[in-house]
Amino acid sequence: MGDHLFEFLLRQGDNTLILSHRISEWCGHAPIIEEDIALANIALDLLGQTQMWLGLAVEVEGAGRSADDLAMLRDAWDFRNAILVERPNGNFGQTMMRQFLFDAYHVELLSKLVSSADERIAAIAAKSLKEVEYHVERSASTVIALGDGSEESHARMQAALDDQWTFAGEFFETDAGDHALRDAGISPLPSDLRAGFNARAMAVLGDATLVIPETTFAHSGGRSGKHHSEHLGHLLTQMQWLQRAYPGATW
Amino acid sequence: MSDQDTSPRTEWPLWEIFIRGQHGMSHRHVGSLHAPDAEMAIKNARDVYTRRNEGVSIWVVEADKITASSPSDKGPMYEPSQSKVYRHPTFFDIPDDVGAM
Repeated sequence: MGDHLFEFLLRQGDNTLILSHRISEWCGHAPIIEEDIALANIALDLLGQTQMWLGLAVEVEGAGRSADDLAMLRDAWDFRNAILVERPNGNFGQTMMRQFLFDAYHVELLSKLVSSADERIAAIAAKSLKEVEYHVERSASTVIALGDGSEESHARMQAALDDQWTFAGEFFETDAGDHALRDAGISPLPSDLRAGFNARAMAVLGDATLVIPETTFAHSGGRSGKHHSEHLGHLLTQMQWLQRAYPGATW
Repeated sequence: MSDQDTSPRTEWPLWEIFIRGQHGMSHRHVGSLHAPDAEMAIKNARDVYTRRNEGVSIWVVEADKITASSPSDKGPMYEPSQSKVYRHPTFFDIPDDVGAM
């Protein structure tokens, strides 16, 4: 059970860590200053959640590692985030579509985790949920505004959805560890989150006048750690270079 | 750009932001920002002006909906009241319990 729990916590913390880093890349580059600040806030929210998830992960592991060690000293094959969150930002529309797909899954998951049998997980979920409810409200309204906007913004958002939809399926991939955690009342089965995610996605993407691709194919390999995309390694070189170049540096 | 420019507006409208710091206080003007509509203006205000826990309530008003007094009218508008101290209710003691007025 300890191994399953550790794996579960890594998956949560790695999703929020890697997406946080991706969003932070917009800092100083967003189309307008209001979006720039909003994206930076969301990146910081996710980083705060990462500290809680990875902090609990090292506690569960009990091997003397710190949350910082997990974030800064692991290599790509040890990360357990879904591939969607490591994908490059692309244009602003692609970033917002990726954000919406993640938020819609994230809010579904956290709203179940608040009643986890593990009180530490329930507490992290309760704190995160307040932030993520705002994230999904914001990303949904931006997706709707751009999707149901000008001809060009509509075309870009449809392209972003076509490009990313098949990556969202990985969030709902379910393995033996997930079953063990569900049986222990610790976390829901990822596959059981799909219906709620689909309902929200259909409502929002419908309002955005976008068409969900007709495919059941889903990319996988991130949450199992079997094969990430080529983008993760590049991201890590940016994120980890300081600890790699100056081991143990603090400020 | 001539005065006759009729191209669609590409800049989002400007919104003036008012925030109430705590219950019982009034909303105060804190600044302005751009947003496509009132709802997004509230969201942007939340991100720009309340990220350090500054507020419990936000008002947004489209800037061009505000009618302002003209600086050139300063004389007739404000100077007549400068010499009328008897209009200040400074002769009353206000109990501390009343709180902010």
